[in-house]
Amino acid sequence: MNETTTTLSYREACKQAIREALDGDPRVFLMGEDVGRYGGCYAVSKGLIDEFGETRVRDTPLSESAFVGAGIGAALAGMRPIVEIMTVNFSLLALDQIVNNAATLAHMSGGQFAVPLVIRMATGAGRQLAAQHSHSLEGWYAHIPGLKILAPATVTDARYMLAAALADPNPVLIFEHVMLYNAEAPLEPTVSQVDISRAQIRKPGADVSLVTYGGSLPKTLAAAEALAAEGIDAEVIDLRVLRPLDVETLAASVTRTHRCVVIDEGWKTGSLAAEICASLVEVAFYELDAPIARVCSAEVPVPYAAHLEKAALPSTDVIVETARSLVRA
Amino acid sequence: MAAFLMPSLGADMESAMVVEWSVKEGDTVRAGDIIAVIETDKGLIDIEVFEDGVIEALVAPLEQELPVGAVIAMIKGERDTSATAEVPVVSEPAAPTPTLREPEPAKVQRASVDEAPRRRVSPAARRRAEALGIELATVPSRGPDAAITLADVEGVAGAQTPPVVRDAAPAGGMRNAIAAAVSRAKREIPHYYLCEQLNLERALEWLAAANAERAITERLLPAALLIRACALALKNIPGFNGRFERDRFSAAPSVHLGWAIGLRTGGLIAPAIHDADTKDLNTLMVALRDLVKRTRGGGLRSSELMDATVTITSLGERGAEMVWPIIYPPQVAMIGFGRIVERPWVSAGSVRACQVVAVTLAADHRVSDGHDGSRLLGEIGRLLNEPETLGA
Repeated sequence: MNETTTTLSYREACKQAIREALDGDPRVFLMGEDVGRYGGCYAVSKGLIDEFGETRVRDTPLSESAFVGAGIGAALAGMRPIVEIMTVNFSLLALDQIVNNAATLAHMSGGQFAVPLVIRMATGAGRQLAAQHSHSLEGWYAHIPGLKILAPATVTDARYMLAAALADPNPVLIFEHVMLYNAEAPLEPTVSQVDISRAQIRKPGADVSLVTYGGSLPKTLAAAEALAAEGIDAEVIDLRVLRPLDVETLAASVTRTHRCVVIDEGWKTGSLAAEICASLVEVAFYELDAPIARVCSAEVPVPYAAHLEKAALPSTDVIVETARSLVRA
Repeated sequence: MAAFLMPSLGADMESAMVVEWSVKEGDTVRAGDIIAVIETDKGLIDIEVFEDGVIEALVAPLEQELPVGAVIAMIKGERDTSATAEVPVVSEPAAPTPTLREPEPAKVQRASVDEAPRRRVSPAARRRAEALGIELATVPSRGPDAAITLADVEGVAGAQTPPVVRDAAPAGGMRNAIAAAVSRAKREIPHYYLCEQLNLERALEWLAAANAERAITERLLPAALLIRACALALKNIPGFNGRFERDRFSAAPSVHLGWAIGLRTGGLIAPAIHDADTKDLNTLMVALRDLVKRTRGGGLRSSELMDATVTITSLGERGAEMVWPIIYPPQVAMIGFGRIVERPWVSAGSVRACQVVAVTLAADHRVSDGHDGSRLLGEIGRLLNEPETLGA
């Protein structure tokens, strides 16, 4: 770490990104439940209302359908709204707006209308918020054509993905994992923008590809470290973009390592992890030296009790164990 | 445990496919038992095992063209307690079987046979093994879930120096295979040829008398006499019955006499009558009828295609008067008989009309000389002139 490197939290990175967007483009505004006076339920937008005023940092009524719909309307009318939904569980109340309107209008209008909307929402478990606030439903959204789905897992991506999302003419959903907000990391000084199209290799390795995203990335990196101590050289890939999937990077990795574990906090059944497995089998079947394995959440609503919640989620130990089982007899 | 390999049923055979298993895993087999039916250029052949044991694994996938030498099954010998597979050795091309026909649209009546359980092989390992020409049956499973992984294949590849790349057999190989066999024969074998006219008067008279007491279906054909005479002559005159391999000739202890049989669909096969030198005329006749029937109808055994030590080609009633055979490698001789014809025969200063046959010998000059060949033809002539000794 040199002197020009700043260390900041993921939460702070999100805030800086929003501030930069509000600063840089008068069409941008932030809208959502408690984003203004309260400062955001995860305190991402704390203080922004004082900097930018009520018209650009807008508290909304408790109606996801209404304010997401309003965001779509504003985007159609030429604005660049950033809509915050408290958690992905609540976004289900706006599912109609997101899936039936935001995702479809460009197509249904024959390209006449674009919906340059960005929706940010928290996802994932680990804070004992129980089943209605803890699920990882981003995989559902990754199913929908017309949406781009981002999952920043690093401070740098949290800092710069928003700008790229706002620059996209179509709706982009950003999923911020609740366990990442407090994570701190140096902001890479040479980086001032990021792509929102490619997966990234967070740690190169030769023996097994660990494919993950979002809140599971830190667990996976820890697992790779533990595996390294056993002599297993794991490659860690951060998907970053859940739709469209960067299958090319995944396939290239598996072509090198011939083994793959997918780590996804979503449930296994009908999941993004399943999609990744299927894609790899389609394009890299002959490279596989072992079955593709998945580490996903237990197929239960995420429990409230701390020990049960922990047991239900992917853990570093299970990732290590699973990767090891592919490499060693 | 021994690997049972795709046998070479002749120098012209490069590959074949297993179309039916006659045994299942766990079955006890005795040497000579048929374990599978394979489809070759020569049609469907029953494959026999060479040793007693227990079928451990049926390795070859059905209906897949496999090169000669590919492992098709693993057989655990009765005294064998080892669990590791031996590295298979490609079997030498064995028996002569000149063939010349279009592959039949051989549709197999398939009995319901239990599918062999598939060994676990990772897709990457399977592809690498194929690229390196490594038989998966030779690769130990050391990966997770007892699967063969890349590392296992590469371990075997590292042990092989150099890795042998086997080409898959060319498709439509019948003509190519024949071409390869006869080309090899003409390229490698310095043939010499001899011919002798034989008077079959006495032989055919004896035959007519012998057949007079027999039912039509049991009558002896001249072919049986020819075979018997040749088998005995080959036993008596050394240098023609055996194989020339690795620059040397090994005489065979028995006369496994290949008999070229034309197929109605075209082409020919020369399966062996085993131990023809010890079979009497009746037995030879039965064996010949059976062989012809099975050659044309299916059910030849692999040993019949592999074991011939010398071959006879007899053109029969509608054939030409004389034939100059091409030796089928690695054999060292082929005896040819033309059509039996009535010709003027001069004997003791007078001319008579006689039944005459031209017997020819194509022989390998590396092994024998014209003088030896003349003795062989002379011996055949002598024996045919003493049919009562042949009939004994």
